[in-house]
Amino acid sequence: MMATTRPPLALHIAPPTQRRPKPVEKIALVKLRKSFGLIEVLKGVSLKANEGDVVSILGSSGSGKSTLLRCVNFLETPDSGDVILCGEHVRMRQRSDGRSVPADPAQLTRVRTRAAMVFQSFNLWSHRTILENVIEAPVHVQGRPRKDCVEEAEALLDKVGLAAKRHDYPAVLSGGQQQRAAIARALATHPEVLLFDEPTSALDPELVGEVLKVMRGLAEEGRTMLVVTHEMGFARHVSTRTLFLHQGLVEEEGPSEEMFAHPRTDRFRQFIKRAQP
Amino acid sequence: MDFAFLQTTLLTLLGGLPLTLELAVSSILLGGGGALMLTLMQASGSLLLSAPARAYVFVFRGTPLLIQLFMIYYGLGQFRPTLQELGLWSFFRDPYWCAVLAMAMNTAAYASEIIRGGLGSVPPGALEAATACGMRPLLRLRRVILPLAIRQALPAYSNELILMVKATSLASIITMMEVTGLASKMIAETYRSIEIFACAGLIYLALTLILTRAVLLLEWRLSTTRKNGTPA
Repeated sequence: MMATTRPPLALHIAPPTQRRPKPVEKIALVKLRKSFGLIEVLKGVSLKANEGDVVSILGSSGSGKSTLLRCVNFLETPDSGDVILCGEHVRMRQRSDGRSVPADPAQLTRVRTRAAMVFQSFNLWSHRTILENVIEAPVHVQGRPRKDCVEEAEALLDKVGLAAKRHDYPAVLSGGQQQRAAIARALATHPEVLLFDEPTSALDPELVGEVLKVMRGLAEEGRTMLVVTHEMGFARHVSTRTLFLHQGLVEEEGPSEEMFAHPRTDRFRQFIKRAQP
Repeated sequence: MDFAFLQTTLLTLLGGLPLTLELAVSSILLGGGGALMLTLMQASGSLLLSAPARAYVFVFRGTPLLIQLFMIYYGLGQFRPTLQELGLWSFFRDPYWCAVLAMAMNTAAYASEIIRGGLGSVPPGALEAATACGMRPLLRLRRVILPLAIRQALPAYSNELILMVKATSLASIITMMEVTGLASKMIAETYRSIEIFACAGLIYLALTLILTRAVLLLEWRLSTTRKNGTPA
């Protein structure tokens, strides 16, 4: 039997002056469980992400990857388990019907502005222009001065290449442009963490690249990102770590390049084989 | 054709226009508020709120406005002592307020159904994005749900507005001297019903024309398929 060759643990050790201080933990999900009716979608999934980590969450459909992501900002409420965002434990309470819900609305709002989400189908507000979409949350949720928000939003739109489109309504933009606008909108609340829920799955193939490019730029800035995706190239080469879910459990996880080069489980091996024929 | 007569008729009838407009505007405003309340009750998810709202809509959509008007103006007269005790008699004695109340209650039922349709058309994704960026329920309603629902409901609601303007003519039956009331009075004096009713109809036609134009303008202003403010 061939011994699997693993790359050495550290090819180079950064000199102490350049080494980062102790990593700051941004997200910790501890043993999350979630059922929809009789179907248990998450069966105790844990995940940690430090500042600057880009974690790809892979899995076939129905593996619970989107549900996991949506538990971070409580678009879905986990039945049990803990969500810790930027060191802050999200407090839960039991409702009279036995379901647990976030206990403190103010804390929930804080969590949601810290963990901004980008959706598969963009979900821009069709009745507001691109610029208005971007300044909506900072002005109305965070209560920041409109003038500052507009300035900042214009810079953000410039960054995603949409400065010229800022007074257009979403309906006249292409899918790729809408998704880039949605990314600018997500950045506008100064989030600590970005959550991407299959951001390129609804796009025409020729538009996927422009969105991935923006995401790669964000990764290179050192932003903390959780990315549910089917883009194997992004998972392998851009994300720092990959989490492979199978039937509501973590089947395999590790540093992305290493995991793709040397998959340890049969399921993940099959999964990447199917994805890259 | 007796143009001189038509002219005096038109001028006389126009004297009723302020009352017609007052009736229409007050009942539309009151009814709009009621409609919003009814819709929110229906959408609340609580049976205690949604059941009465649904029953209300069922009754007021299912019976003629004229009967509702008669019930309020004549019917409540039977309870005069009770209403006097409650201090409400001065309100129900006045045909103006009876007409406004009947029309407002009627249009509230219709408009609530129109708004409900609009609410149903709000894309779930827009709602989810609002939740995800930290909006609380009231802010979400104000900034995302209602603006989207109203845009969707506007064409149907403009129909209801036109119906209400025309429904003000029913108030003439309970002694209000608005456009139709004045017309009836003139006919009783001159027996020239064709000319007089034609003039009255013309006034309603003009009102409807202005109203539809105004709503179209509003629809265009609220349109979201424009590119940089020019029509798509």
